[in-house]
Amino acid sequence: MKFRPFRLSLLSLSLLIPAALCAVILFLLIYSAPAIGFNGLGFVTGVTWNLGNLYGDPVTARGFTVPAGADYGILVFVTGTLVSSFLAILIALPLSVGAAIFLAEAVPPRLRPVLSLLVELVAVVPSVVFGLWGIAVLIPLIGHYVSPSGNGYGLLSSSIVLALMITPIIATTLLDALMRVPKENRESAFGLGATHFEVVTKAMMPMVRTTLIGGVVLALGRALGETMAVAMVSGGALNILPTSLFSPISTIASFILTQLDSAQSDPTNMAVRSLAEIALALFIITLGVNTGAKLLTSGALNVRKRQS
Amino acid sequence: MSASANLKPVTRPARSLHELRRTIISQIGWIACGLALLCVIGPLVDIVGVVAYHGLAAFSGKLFTATSNGVAGGLLNAIEGTFVVSLFGMLIAVPVGIGTGIYLSEYGSNRIGAVIRFLADVLTGTPSIVLGYFSYIVFVTSLGWGFSLLAAAITLAILIVPYLARITEMALRQVPVAMREAAFALGATEPTVVFKVVLPGAASGVVTGALLALAISVGETAPLIYTAGWSNFLWNGHFMNEPVGYLTYVIWTFIEQPNAQSHALAFAAAFLVMLVVLAINIGVRLILRRNTRIA
Repeated sequence: MKFRPFRLSLLSLSLLIPAALCAVILFLLIYSAPAIGFNGLGFVTGVTWNLGNLYGDPVTARGFTVPAGADYGILVFVTGTLVSSFLAILIALPLSVGAAIFLAEAVPPRLRPVLSLLVELVAVVPSVVFGLWGIAVLIPLIGHYVSPSGNGYGLLSSSIVLALMITPIIATTLLDALMRVPKENRESAFGLGATHFEVVTKAMMPMVRTTLIGGVVLALGRALGETMAVAMVSGGALNILPTSLFSPISTIASFILTQLDSAQSDPTNMAVRSLAEIALALFIITLGVNTGAKLLTSGALNVRKRQS
Repeated sequence: MSASANLKPVTRPARSLHELRRTIISQIGWIACGLALLCVIGPLVDIVGVVAYHGLAAFSGKLFTATSNGVAGGLLNAIEGTFVVSLFGMLIAVPVGIGTGIYLSEYGSNRIGAVIRFLADVLTGTPSIVLGYFSYIVFVTSLGWGFSLLAAAITLAILIVPYLARITEMALRQVPVAMREAAFALGATEPTVVFKVVLPGAASGVVTGALLALAISVGETAPLIYTAGWSNFLWNGHFMNEPVGYLTYVIWTFIEQPNAQSHALAFAAAFLVMLVVLAINIGVRLILRRNTRIA
């Protein structure tokens, strides 16, 4: 093979992406290794996140030097993340499917670019601005009209804000797929006497089902890792599992964001290391979800179905 | 008689109950879909409206001339900080991102290209707080840079390089193969083909990618909190051990304060951020649309 300096220099630039990714995994792993050893499996099942006595002398527990009484369990945050993301999908799915169908079939072609631009713009609003809107508009609304305790911060607000943020992801994925449904399928359904709405729901939607699921999983990946907006409206629960729609929650991402200050005060550094372990866990979860979404939207799983 | 009866205009038979039900269900379905679209667009309109209303109300000369002082004062340091952090982030990210895009489009049809493409998508999907925490433990503490411009710029660069790479790749792929072949036939070398033929041909696409990356870095918050820190003062030219302020931090912390003055600053900051982000995104989409219509 010929020596090609130009290609090689471009390749070395592009290898920075894998390098960055490996560095993220490697350094999080190395840094959190003592925490992984100390926390063991109780990390995932524990409800209490207790930094221990930060002012007393550190003690040795399970072979590691930690503040007396330190206990790191993330079940509350895992639950908060899963429940809020699930509720967000539950709210976002009908909204985005309806919006995509309306944009693809009911809107005059002249108006479609404008309206789909507006839907796309929802996705570019910075997360912290969503949080600001949540605090300024949504929280007072929920606190005043819906929440029995009068407190709007919590699971419901987080899920609604998350839902708004992920709707454009599902809607634009579905809109693209609907626009690509072959004309023949639509027309043969019309020819059988179906109403326009039946054509959409019974002839077109089944064709784009896999893409829709892919879009939902992609949105789930975004919702799981969403940080700022959730941190601003979730109420920041600690050591309590959510019991109702109005319970305060914390998600993994929002917890990492809000806890670093207090974790830094730990002289043994175990709290900061445990946060690194959470970050690693979040990375692995979103990696799995996004890979699944990629398989679904790329159509790799469609091949078998088409042959049968 | 019977013949004239046959000549009567054919009236449409009355709709059967079944047919009526189907029509009604369809109508309800369309209304529901329309309402869903309203529910998606409505909040955006409300966000823009609320932020513009409160943000513009907080505008004054002081906003752009004074630095913040605790939770009061102006936003000059935050505006400057956002500008500087985004600028240095882009300075790192643009060469890497465009270089990767060139490699993927021109020489990336092999297994290495597929792996890089997949990993770029993985990096895009990584929550920004994870990247921020990574930078915190590596740059801020382990390397001892402290909260600093350099740590923040590198973190932003890691965040936006994959976007830049994929958008550049897509833009370069639009350039017809015939143009490359013509250049090669004239005896051009690989760098000449890339820099004199392919990149100029895809310039608008590449610029689009860079602008979208800029919009992302202006609106990003989570990865900066652990890397840039916050400062009430203007940037003093140091890259390390000198925290910098930025607009999104103002939104995130000042809105939690109890006084109206800091709320006004938070909304003003949000208005500035939204202005940049929306202007870039709308502008880019309008230009793309006009170009595709001509093509």
